[in-house]
Amino acid sequence: MIYWQLFSAFFVANLLGYGGGPASIPLIQQEVVDHYGWMTNEQFVDMLAMANALPGPISTKIAAFAGYQQAGWLGVITATAATVAPSAIAIVILLNLLSRFKHSPAVKGMTLLVQPVIAVMMIMLTWEFSHVSFESIGYVQSFLIATAAWLAMVKWKIHPAVVIVAAFIYGGLVLPHIGS
Amino acid sequence: MNGKAYIDIAAAMARTGVLGYGGGPSVIPLFRHEAVSRYKWMSDEEFGEILAFANALPGPIATKMAAQLGYRQKGTIGAFIAVIAHILPTTIGIIALLGTLYSLKESTVISGMIAAVRPVIAVLLGMMAYEFCAKTWKGLGKTVGLAAGLLSFLLLVLLNVHPAIVIILFLAYGTIHLRVSRWAKQKTGKDREDSI
Repeated sequence: MIYWQLFSAFFVANLLGYGGGPASIPLIQQEVVDHYGWMTNEQFVDMLAMANALPGPISTKIAAFAGYQQAGWLGVITATAATVAPSAIAIVILLNLLSRFKHSPAVKGMTLLVQPVIAVMMIMLTWEFSHVSFESIGYVQSFLIATAAWLAMVKWKIHPAVVIVAAFIYGGLVLPHIGS
Repeated sequence: MNGKAYIDIAAAMARTGVLGYGGGPSVIPLFRHEAVSRYKWMSDEEFGEILAFANALPGPIATKMAAQLGYRQKGTIGAFIAVIAHILPTTIGIIALLGTLYSLKESTVISGMIAAVRPVIAVLLGMMAYEFCAKTWKGLGKTVGLAAGLLSFLLLVLLNVHPAIVIILFLAYGTIHLRVSRWAKQKTGKDREDSI
């Protein structure tokens, strides 16, 4: 039963995430947190943090961890397969059968129209995750870290992975002594 | 010779998986380097062709690329090896990392570390949200983009419609969107002519 749930959750979320891995993050959150309640929003943020700190495709890392938490290694295989297999099989079959779809106006229109939905979901997710942070370390620290992170990533073009590691160090050295 | 082809696929895909920081799309230049420059499996044009296809299909981009590159070299088994090699190292990595971290959660240092990363993730998501807004703006234009954004906000947040339904609705309209907008343009063009 849990295997079926894992499969359908990750199958649906990745199938609808038109436009690559990151687009499916809000959809995965919807399944994993809101629908099945496998994690709290807080745990989801933490997992996303780790997933961003590691290299490789983001959605397979999320699938692997959620699968592992729910059902061990078999869960890992189920969730990862649901994430990867359908689109992998689809591309192999399509590419080798016909090659006129990719320029079709229908496909282009679909890719365009899914963007606003993902944008709204991302905004909501940003909002929810900011709350998780406010509740754990308060407004001042949250804004401080967020501003520093924004400057580093947007202005100075520092790689997100480096920023995440820097935040880790700051959090380990400074936050325990601030006392909430 | 035969075995070497499989090893090449596995090595190329493992390298791209481990070196590609920041999620699927950032890994594409690495795929190109392996497939076109290093192993000369295909020309730049062919690579572009596959990429265009991968973009047109839903699902994570990196694994679609891996599957097709592997398939092109060595059929189904090649595709299988490519995808596994691409995702296995980081799959094990995240489970090991999170497992250790959660078992140490009592420590104030570790919980401080975790807490400090949360705002960074919020910023990262905010940046992604901004990118998707910008893409909407550019692709659909101001009016349609804003209307589509408001409509999806209404459906998702205020009416609590399941995202799957909203996306399917938008995708369905997307299939005819370009035809509709061309028709709309012609019509306004004609109106203008008429009024002149």
